[in-house]
Amino acid sequence: MQQALVTYAVRLADDALIYGQRVSEWCSNAPTLEEDLALVNVTLDYIGRARMFYEYASSYSGLSEDTYAFTRDGRDFTNLLICELPNGDFANTLVRQYLLDEYEALFLGVLSSSSDDTLALIAQKSLKETTYHLRRSHEWVLRLGMGTDESHARACTALDALWGYTPEIFAMDDIESGLAAENIAPDRLALLGPWRENVARTLQSAGLPVPADSWQVEGGRRGIHTEHLGHLLAEMQVMQRTYPGLQW
Amino acid sequence: MVDAGFPLWEVFVRSKRGLDHIHVGSLHAADAESALEYARDTYTRRGEGASLWVVKSSDIVASQESDAESFYDPMDAKPYRHAANYELPDGVDNM
Repeated sequence: MQQALVTYAVRLADDALIYGQRVSEWCSNAPTLEEDLALVNVTLDYIGRARMFYEYASSYSGLSEDTYAFTRDGRDFTNLLICELPNGDFANTLVRQYLLDEYEALFLGVLSSSSDDTLALIAQKSLKETTYHLRRSHEWVLRLGMGTDESHARACTALDALWGYTPEIFAMDDIESGLAAENIAPDRLALLGPWRENVARTLQSAGLPVPADSWQVEGGRRGIHTEHLGHLLAEMQVMQRTYPGLQW
Repeated sequence: MVDAGFPLWEVFVRSKRGLDHIHVGSLHAADAESALEYARDTYTRRGEGASLWVVKSSDIVASQESDAESFYDPMDAKPYRHAANYELPDGVDNM
């Protein structure tokens, strides 16, 4: 059970770290100064979330959070593939944020009452952040969908490009099923229905079509990643790889 | 950075209940909701706020520098209008 808990905490930490690192690439590149601050605020919430989950894993494994973040190779990372995909354009970034926020809101809501006290506390803190993230990304999906022809088209393109990565979010395996049986982890399968309902309602309000379920990929939880993760890790890990143990 | 041509909004933050909203700055945003969200992200990220107002800058009516002589000079030399001679009770910190 303890090994499963460490694996689980690292999965959640990897999701948050890789996604936070990816979206932080917008820093100094957003379309306006205000949006720059807003985007980076969100990424900092994710980095904070990653640290809490790594720290919890550390309490069992003895490995430091820096060891988890900076010394593992791509195959050791267990984040969802959607977290590592390049940001693409602004519409792609905010549509992905929205799809993830709807998931996080449901997921953290259940994890908040986990029988594991630490996971429950991390979820309660994170849920407040996600409630705000969702408010923001939901507004952006409406604005993109009902904005100009170009913003609408870009939002459609983003949905089509991201949709096949969403089934992985709700996939269960033996580790998570075991933890779910102990009321430690949420049953992701049970979140899929509500997620699809919420997303469909928003897309309808935004005048955007729900994409067809014509393809899907998975593999992140097993360390099988897209070609994009290695480049992200190279940039994120270069200092610790070059000067191992470097302290600021 | 692209000038998206968004309207300007003035931001007011109340740091805690019981105090007034204080003008802290301005920002550009397309609509009221995004102005409120940007105000949150720009001006309250270090825990400064308990309440936020955003007001379209174009909705503010301002006095002009050229009005100063007629508006403010007549207030000079009227010390009896100041409450400076009252002693404040202990515990009144914001007067």
